[in-house]
Amino acid sequence: MIPFQPGTETGGATKFNKETKMKTILAATSALALVAGGAVAEELNIYNWGNYTNPKLIEKFEAETGIDVTITDYDSNDTALAKVKAGGHGFDIVVPSNSYVPIWISEGLLLESRPDQMENFENVDPQWVDVEWDPGRHYTVPWQWGSTGVVVNTKYYDGDIDTSAIFMDPPDELVGKINVVPEMGDVMGLAIMYYGGERCTDDMELLKKVRDGLVEAKKKWLGMDYGNIEKFAKEDLWAGVNWNGSTFRMRLANEDIAYGYPKEGYPLWMDSVAVLKDAQNPEAAKAFQNFIMEPENAALISEFARYANGIKGSEEFMPEDMMSAREIVIPEDLKAAGKFMKTCSPETQQIYTRIWTDLQK
Amino acid sequence: MSDATASPTAPGELEAEALRQDHRTRWLMSLPAIAIILCAAAGPLMVMVVYSFLAPGDYGNVKWEFSTEGWVSVLLQRDIFDGTLAWADAHLSIFWRSLSLSLITTVVTLLIGVPTAWFIATRPDGKREFWLFLITVPFWTNLLVRTIAIQELIRAEGVINLILLKIGLIQEPIQMMFTNFAIGFGMSYVYLPLMVLPVYAAVEKLDFRLVEAAHDLYASRWKAFRLIILPLIKPGVIAGSILVFIPSLGAYVTPRVLGGGKNLMFGNLIELQFGQGRNWPLGAALSLTLMVAVMIALIFYVRATSRETHNG
Repeated sequence: MIPFQPGTETGGATKFNKETKMKTILAATSALALVAGGAVAEELNIYNWGNYTNPKLIEKFEAETGIDVTITDYDSNDTALAKVKAGGHGFDIVVPSNSYVPIWISEGLLLESRPDQMENFENVDPQWVDVEWDPGRHYTVPWQWGSTGVVVNTKYYDGDIDTSAIFMDPPDELVGKINVVPEMGDVMGLAIMYYGGERCTDDMELLKKVRDGLVEAKKKWLGMDYGNIEKFAKEDLWAGVNWNGSTFRMRLANEDIAYGYPKEGYPLWMDSVAVLKDAQNPEAAKAFQNFIMEPENAALISEFARYANGIKGSEEFMPEDMMSAREIVIPEDLKAAGKFMKTCSPETQQIYTRIWTDLQK
Repeated sequence: MSDATASPTAPGELEAEALRQDHRTRWLMSLPAIAIILCAAAGPLMVMVVYSFLAPGDYGNVKWEFSTEGWVSVLLQRDIFDGTLAWADAHLSIFWRSLSLSLITTVVTLLIGVPTAWFIATRPDGKREFWLFLITVPFWTNLLVRTIAIQELIRAEGVINLILLKIGLIQEPIQMMFTNFAIGFGMSYVYLPLMVLPVYAAVEKLDFRLVEAAHDLYASRWKAFRLIILPLIKPGVIAGSILVFIPSLGAYVTPRVLGGGKNLMFGNLIELQFGQGRNWPLGAALSLTLMVAVMIALIFYVRATSRETHNG
């Protein structure tokens, strides 16, 4: 659940061997052979969200295991799913969100790596073991979890921020300065709960209200964009829909920024580390799964992206400002409003896409 | 040799044989190029055509069932709430936005590009290369980086707003970022060199004696421009317009970064179908629709230029 960061996209490495006298066909075949001839040293190819992996974590893993790690970024669950389904990707590890994990499993893309039998599994917080999307953790290890809520610059608005009305029915002060992340599942989830519906609802009457409400509200927004940490910090944007950890990073740059948990309901999500069925280096990938269940290492994950991680004892190693941060510690009275998102049926998904297109026309 | 000369038909046959040989070698030598065109252009295009007639897969990709749903929903859509079939006004209005912004971009680059090209072409011989070189400088930097640089210019605390505030022209920062203005501004900047270069090529070939002759015959500056210069540099102007208009129509990065994503452009609409929308057939059909639109523009180009040669 990490915003698109312009410039972080990493393409495959290309190498050109310049040969002056090239016998075309011969050269082409030998080049193919070079590519096909596998690597000798142990490697690990991680496919993760952009701007989400702490370089220190990778350095530590490389130092401890001698495995050479390569990270490739993606910007959405769908991109990752499409690329891996197409095959020939060369990745070992992927980090899908909870609502997508059942798709990855049912499409037969994940290796049953049995994290529950790994050495460090005892460190996983019991509340993250029997999860809806991977009961008993046979496939995935918690990476980070968080929520999608609202962000407000309190310099411009000092009313109640724990409500989706911030973007669905914005106070006058914020009109024209609102940004909503273009993440369909999250925004639809927030809007549906704002009108009292259930996640993945196909109640058409309610969805009509959702569509009309969103279309009406959009007139008061400025943008629907990812990667806004510095735009909020520099006050180009004053409010909107955003993720908790990303809002935390905004607040570190501009102390007027605050994160709100909509009391009408807000989506929770967890991104989890899974090994791909066609991984080239399954052993190295399993070693990585085990590695990040170590509290000290899990803390490194959180220190960078500023989300909670789900590993017991990692708090000890985390930066102090994270222990009490409102973005990380959900206020007691608002805990119940958080709901984990589900995978909606393809039919429902199509209706949502149509509403989404109507919204952006 | 002597045998060949003995028969009267021989030289012709020999020539024909040589010609056939020549044809064969040419074909053989162009085979790699043809193969690349087939694999890299025709192949993916066929995939798009096939995919546009299939049903969407549950989680992206396609199901191998024939369906025209993708094509139908490019233009028509069943209302999700009352079930009536109506024009897909979301798609139409997104296409209209792309079209009008591309046209505006083309006009803006024309207005700036033609005088620029004229300026360069009328410099003394040794100096032109320097100015042309300056035009190419932006190409050294990645498109995304340039687009983000524009963002620094037009943001609330950006250079333009700060200057306007300083000289007291405005009291409040003007909202430029995340507007259609930002998209048009960004695309005009990005595509300007594509206008300047072909127009320059045309102006450079212009026979300035014709312009002098027009002035000698008491043509005003405007008349000389309209009746003499413009028809002569027209091929360059048209080529430049095509080079600007076509990429603008499918532009993706600039609208995404500067437009704030609130209002989709056609390129972003296609991306939505392949990503979060999980409707690949519709995405394929939309892409092909865009291609058809581009082809229509090109046909107009060919018509316009061929008329030009007829007149000439």
